Amino acid sequence: MTSLNTHSDPVILEMRSITKEFPGVKALADVNLRVKAGEIHAICGENGAGKSTLMKVLSGVYPYGTYTGDIVYQNEVQQFKDIRASEHAGIVIIHQELALIPELSITENIFLGNEPTKRGVIDWAEARTRTTELLARVGLREDPDTPIKEIGVGKQQLVEIAKSLNKSVKLLILDEPTAALNESDSQHLLDLMLGLKGRGITSIIISHKLNEIEQIADEITIIRDGKSIETLNVKEDGVDEDRIIKGMVGRTLESRFPDHEPKIGEVLFEVKDWNVGHPQIQDRLVCKNSSFFVRRGEIVGFAGLMGAGRTELARSVFGRSYGRFISGHIYKEGKELQLRSVKQAIDAGLGYVTEDRKSLGLNLLDDIKATTVSANLRKISKHFVVDANKEYSVAEEYRKSLRTKTPSVEEGVAKLSGGNQQKVVLAKWMFTDPDVLILDEPTRGIDVGAKYEIYGIIQRLANQGKAVIVISSELPELLGLSDRIYTIFEGAITGVLNKDEASQESLMKLMTSSRKTASPSGDHPELAELPGNKD
Amino acid sequence: MNALKKLFGGNTRQFGMIFALVALIVFFEIFTEGRTLTSGNVINLFNGNSYILILAIGMVLVIIAGHIDLSVGSVAAFVGVCVALFIRDWGLPWYVGVLLGLLLGVAIGAWHGFWVAYVGIPAFIVTLSGMLIFRGANQFVGKSNTIPVPTDFQYIGSGYLPEVGPQTGYNNLTVLLGLAAVAYVIYSEIRSRRNAKALGADVPEAWVMVLKLVLICGAILYATYLFATGRPGTSFPIPGLILAVLILIYGFISSKTVIGRHIYAVGGNRHAAELSGVQSKKVNFLVMMNMSILAGLAGMIFVGRSTASGPFDGVGWELDAIAAVFIGGAAVTGGVGTVIGSIIGGLVMAVLNNGLQLLGVGADLTQMIKGLVLLIAVAFDVYNKTAGKRSVIGMLLKNFGRSSEVKADETTQTKEVISRGI
Repeated sequence: MTSLNTHSDPVILEMRSITKEFPGVKALADVNLRVKAGEIHAICGENGAGKSTLMKVLSGVYPYGTYTGDIVYQNEVQQFKDIRASEHAGIVIIHQELALIPELSITENIFLGNEPTKRGVIDWAEARTRTTELLARVGLREDPDTPIKEIGVGKQQLVEIAKSLNKSVKLLILDEPTAALNESDSQHLLDLMLGLKGRGITSIIISHKLNEIEQIADEITIIRDGKSIETLNVKEDGVDEDRIIKGMVGRTLESRFPDHEPKIGEVLFEVKDWNVGHPQIQDRLVCKNSSFFVRRGEIVGFAGLMGAGRTELARSVFGRSYGRFISGHIYKEGKELQLRSVKQAIDAGLGYVTEDRKSLGLNLLDDIKATTVSANLRKISKHFVVDANKEYSVAEEYRKSLRTKTPSVEEGVAKLSGGNQQKVVLAKWMFTDPDVLILDEPTRGIDVGAKYEIYGIIQRLANQGKAVIVISSELPELLGLSDRIYTIFEGAITGVLNKDEASQESLMKLMTSSRKTASPSGDHPELAELPGNKD
Repeated sequence: MNALKKLFGGNTRQFGMIFALVALIVFFEIFTEGRTLTSGNVINLFNGNSYILILAIGMVLVIIAGHIDLSVGSVAAFVGVCVALFIRDWGLPWYVGVLLGLLLGVAIGAWHGFWVAYVGIPAFIVTLSGMLIFRGANQFVGKSNTIPVPTDFQYIGSGYLPEVGPQTGYNNLTVLLGLAAVAYVIYSEIRSRRNAKALGADVPEAWVMVLKLVLICGAILYATYLFATGRPGTSFPIPGLILAVLILIYGFISSKTVIGRHIYAVGGNRHAAELSGVQSKKVNFLVMMNMSILAGLAGMIFVGRSTASGPFDGVGWELDAIAAVFIGGAAVTGGVGTVIGSIIGGLVMAVLNNGLQLLGVGADLTQMIKGLVLLIAVAFDVYNKTAGKRSVIGMLLKNFGRSSEVKADETTQTKEVISRGI
């Protein structure tokens, strides 16, 4: 179907006054979205603002009839009844969590459900040839027979895009495409999007990373509380991050970090010559001779590309919950500790807030109160019997002090938004009253407003004299929050910078060690060799 | 409907099961022309199913932790034959036999627990192997013969509360037991209500509580009446008493203690539990071990009831116990389930079995009906869950009218929703 519109700015998609109601909640109220053909259009908004609901309406997850308003796509009102219908029309959504099958090869994944056949038998030769072409188009140099589980997240993302190209996509929707990618993978993906734009493919991108949006988007539509607030033209309106944030939260955030006057004391926690082996691969070290210390009241950042060994270091220190311990010493208040299990680590006053809330941090079947007390049941039990009253009041206390948004602490944690889930996880660790708290990506997937609150909580904990370690992929976050920052590269600590001497550039240099930073325009650097592509 | 929900604490699953159980009883009471709710039949029902219900208690913990145990029937048979031999050949008194039987359960459970928890072999495989090993061991040790047990041992399987005190026309101990149960139910309900109030949590209206108490106490008193007026020599059966004690103990352990929390945590998300300091290996070991102990106990009760141990004791019990647990609302993926739910699930199967027998339905049809009931009960559950998970619409419709509900975060849900037209 070719566009009948010969206007200079043909509109490929127009969503007109879309309203979507759930009983008791208006998720979308009169939302308008106009996407011009061949542009990159960003949708920004806080979590729960309605971005995903809007995309679900567009892609037919919420079929025609369950919403009001019109979807005009390629000058026709569309009535998608399911995802297949929208894909047939050339609209493809790629979700943050990829829909690839780890055990199957790249070819098999790309042609899954769409296998080329010859007299009813799959024509693998054909499939492989086409895969090679598609991979070339997305700039992925990889054998088409490689199983998906053997390539990194960044490359998997590219396979997803190749898969969508195979479906002759006209409108590509990417939901948080770079959330799980390291800097260079992200850059490659953004370059690819620009390349696709050059080939006339329109993209819609949902992202919390405002710098990326600023970099590649032509237009930005901001959604707040289920309403479309404004559409900005990046070039004409001279949009920058602060402008986007202002639109998202409805006010200017004077500062993205709460004011904080650090009260730093003596060294509280120290790790020396820490060596840990990979859990499966013999002879491979995930932590190499790492040494670091944290002082009382200090917030220490750990910067590194994804897979550099930040999480591995934190988890191996936290009761050897990752990898094979080889050698090293842990000291707290000058005394050496032997932490052989998570239980010993908790008892010794350590806490670790996991990076992946859903698969490592929470039991999604539990309610808020059970989660809050789950790491310190002893404190609310007598003779191994849990005191349900204490449990309730403890959870209630944290709900109030952390301002968790929920009707009651008996609500299931699965029902909470990302920011509120993270508050519950923080409450759980605060209740263990640790002296040393390690936070691994504490604000991932959390919206701007909740981030600010979480930063405040972290600073409060430091002010109480705790030693706080923050691991983050977002350098601005580390720079804004930490008093001192260690950099990690390939399992080794490559440097440490004080707050005043650290900048994104200086950190990035140390995070990539002797290696040059991947050049943005570069000819697709071999990302797989970076340790960034774990799992 | 809303009022009914309030009555049973808003747990639709449990409510559905209780409702189904009551409906089944009423149905059979009508169609068997009153032969269902007679003293003899109810006592019989308890006697004939107590060992399955005991297995269900252990099984629900195993399933909550995310495992399964296929060996319980064989383990029960093996323990049964060993105890029968101990008593017959070594001339041990019955209580030493019981003690040795329980210790044997500990040893077998440790065997299973070791492979599951510390070696990391799926429980399905370990217990499938155990099913073969202990069935064979039963026939090897017993030389495929029946081995009788003395009458004092039979007491644990077919005994009744004795007659004591003045002649009242009822069995006094049974009546006392019933009254104690009523008192306990009233006391605990009032206490939990007072606590909830003190903490400022929502409490249902007073009439709801009163109605609930009247219904529960009425049921208990009626059951007491049936048990206390059995034909001379019968009253509340000893296996029933053992079962009741176990329900209290395990209900308490699973819902109120630290180890209970840990079992749910390991089944719900093992990694999260481990990173919260739960020693998941220990939990898995204990859960598997506990199951074999209860299997041993069930085996001994069965031997006591049937007066002898045989080579085909306990065949198919694992399936009855697993069915009871799943009808009672446990999830195959672990983390979900309750002891009381499993007991209700087991009773549904038992009443069905018994009622169909009274109606003269053959064993062939009975099996088919039981199979369908299992499927429908779990399908109902799965439907409820997918409605909640797959589409926000379904979930919100389910809670229709409860607008205080916080809307599920959109971003968190996206990923589960779409399988991308594969």
